[in-house]
Amino acid sequence: MKWDISDIKDWGPGRHEPGAVIPEAGNARAYKTGGWRTNRPVRDDETCTQCLFCFFFCPDASVLLADGKVADFDLDHCKGCAICATECPVDAITMHPESEFRRKAE
Amino acid sequence: MATKLSPKEYIKRPDHLTGGHRLCAGCGAGIVLRQVLMGAKDNPVVISNATGCLEVSTTIYPYTAWKDSFIHSAFENAAATISGVEAAYKSLLRQGKVQSDKPYKFLSVGGDGGSYDIGLQALSGALERGHDIVVLCYDNGAYMNTGFQRSAATPFGAWTTTSPDGKVRPGKTQQRKNLTRIAVAHGIPYVAQASPHNFRDLISKAEVAFDTPGPAFLNVLSPCPRGWRSADPDGMKLAKMMVQSCFWPLYEVVDGRYTINYDPKDRKIPIRDWMEQQGRFKHLFKPQFAYMIDEAQAYVDSEWDRLKSMTTLPGGGEA
Amino acid sequence: MSTTTEKLLAVTGNQAVAMAMKQLDPDVVAAYPITPQTDVVQTFSQYVADGVVKAEFVTVESEHSAMSACIGSAAAGARTMTATSSAGFALMWEVVYVAASLRLPIIMTTVNRALSGPINIHCDHSDSMGGRDSGWIQIYNEDAQEAYDATVMSFPIAEHADVRLPLMNMYDGFIISGAIGPLRPLSDETVKAFAGEQPVVRTLLKPEEPITVGPFDGLHGWYFEHKIAQNRAMEAALPIIQDTYDRFAEVSGRQYHHLMQYDMEDADVAIVVIGSAAGTARTVIKTLRDEGIKAGLIKIRTFRPFPTEEMARALSGVKAVAVLDRADSFGAQGGPLYLEVLAALYQKGVHTKTVNCIYGLGGRDLYPRNIEDVYRMLADAADGGDLPHSRVYLNMKGE
Repeated sequence: MKWDISDIKDWGPGRHEPGAVIPEAGNARAYKTGGWRTNRPVRDDETCTQCLFCFFFCPDASVLLADGKVADFDLDHCKGCAICATECPVDAITMHPESEFRRKAE
Repeated sequence: MATKLSPKEYIKRPDHLTGGHRLCAGCGAGIVLRQVLMGAKDNPVVISNATGCLEVSTTIYPYTAWKDSFIHSAFENAAATISGVEAAYKSLLRQGKVQSDKPYKFLSVGGDGGSYDIGLQALSGALERGHDIVVLCYDNGAYMNTGFQRSAATPFGAWTTTSPDGKVRPGKTQQRKNLTRIAVAHGIPYVAQASPHNFRDLISKAEVAFDTPGPAFLNVLSPCPRGWRSADPDGMKLAKMMVQSCFWPLYEVVDGRYTINYDPKDRKIPIRDWMEQQGRFKHLFKPQFAYMIDEAQAYVDSEWDRLKSMTTLPGGGEA
Repeated sequence: MSTTTEKLLAVTGNQAVAMAMKQLDPDVVAAYPITPQTDVVQTFSQYVADGVVKAEFVTVESEHSAMSACIGSAAAGARTMTATSSAGFALMWEVVYVAASLRLPIIMTTVNRALSGPINIHCDHSDSMGGRDSGWIQIYNEDAQEAYDATVMSFPIAEHADVRLPLMNMYDGFIISGAIGPLRPLSDETVKAFAGEQPVVRTLLKPEEPITVGPFDGLHGWYFEHKIAQNRAMEAALPIIQDTYDRFAEVSGRQYHHLMQYDMEDADVAIVVIGSAAGTARTVIKTLRDEGIKAGLIKIRTFRPFPTEEMARALSGVKAVAVLDRADSFGAQGGPLYLEVLAALYQKGVHTKTVNCIYGLGGRDLYPRNIEDVYRMLADAADGGDLPHSRVYLNMKGE
């Protein structure tokens, strides 16, 4: 069920679920941890052999699949730990400073 | 015993943990839980989690990273709490009061603190009573959440904040407690040790654990860059080395029968190879504490020999 | 129309409670033995072994695990019961608070026994008094009948939508728990009908709606608000408890109130007491009344939430009151009951002379003459004398 917490900062004692139960499973998706990153993973699709290792090694479930293949990184949540890049058997993933992308955006 | 499937098969299973939790970058616990829960396939799961890094970071009110039902009540009682959930399920199911297409699975999770030490009693009681549950320990070798204090699982010689190295002390002076053997001693149907670097091995063991009626225990190595003083990207690499040195053997005990899943044989590496890459062992490379590494290596070797001997016993060995 | 059975049984307090549990037929019982609660659980175990109850019975390995399993069970939507005493209650203290904070309607019988040390298996109220801040509803019972009735009344109170709090029923260890007394049980149908159906609530076991129970709520969160909500539920519980007492009177013929009052209408002097000592006090009142001392007695049933209004009203015409505590709060102005009564009187502007008498710790007997002495002390004060400002110990050895 969708639990509307957009104004939770103003919630008094009567608004919360009794016992502080969180009734919407997986709503942490809405909390962005991408800002933790210093470095961002970039995957070279040509070099990638689709071994899927990076998917299994990501602590933040931030390797996104499409049609059973690695497609993208979830930049809202990726913390830049670089385990994916370290474990990729063919070095298809490289880490780049976030600043690189900020400059491009500017 | 576990049958490994290909990664392509495993990705068909739902991912039970979302991003948006506040575990450290590179945290082993996040990796371990994602893999273990793939072993539950698409059955609904109830997770009971002891206080610790995983619990605190994944359930910061009002957010939860868990897609399944989850309960935390205290530090030492994850296994007792899940015993109550499982009992309720049995009772309500008998009365036709649970509407679920697929059977529920019950997972009790603790770090080494909530499993080896303060959580040991509840863990033992739950295993002894024979609940249909999986008990998982993500072993990062210290009470990490409260600032890296030593646990019974802390490796021999490791610096922790309550076993620091100093002018007269060389770090932790006790060898590790072997919780996996303690679990085997309860006579439960399935016990396994795993590491997330070998995800096919881990997920297949988790699957056996979830599918085995009665209690199952999984002890899984969980790298912690903060507490190990290692680099964020190195978690899986270090886990692999720790397995390859036989410090953390991959094995299963099915109805008391031991099987070693990986024997490095002549590719076995010395433990100093991975100790060098973890700052918590830095002091052991000073001349006055070098004996500690020798002692640690001797103990790892004798434990490995003992484990190998367990596989040769006809009925399987008692721990 | 009363559907009380006419059958009068002779049973111990523990057997009476076990009987009520059998009739309530909860989904899960998770308990650990401790004297003098033991045969509540043992009797229930026999029911399980004979297949006359449906409960899943979890023989946990400690009381801390008992309450933890109860939390898991109640969060999974099961009607859950347990029982303990003394050190067992003390051991589960951490999770007793958690159970209340999670707003789980767990029902626990706490057979009153002294806390260690020295270790002592006999009756006093130090165990349950230690949990008075925990957020549990606390009901004290004088005898086997009250204990049975309280157990039957528990779920409608605890599960009420405006309450949703765990509830503990107390009665005196050995004196009531192990002594045979009269019991008029209700029929199975009456008990089942009174307990009613469990209301639909959030549960861990709904596949389409998984929930997270027991999150971390830190410095910049809403811990404070959750606690305020807990207290508001307590306040809401007070009228709901009386309402339940009233409904129970309709089916049983036994009418309960937060305070049970004896000869209070014209009382000049009164004793406030909890538990079986009330029975002793009642026999003494007759003697004193015959002497012309207008003695009255207040026995507290509902301790949490505390019936402040009722207490103040009951004592407003009284000239001198002794509050009898079967527990102490070392270093405080008096025992826990004394502090509560004084706070109630002061809040409501009732001025009366008060004294705190500590009795019965570790099972020390309380004799009718001890109570007589108290009433005579009160009578002197009512005539213009003073009451001691420090604790008066009843039946102390030595000095």
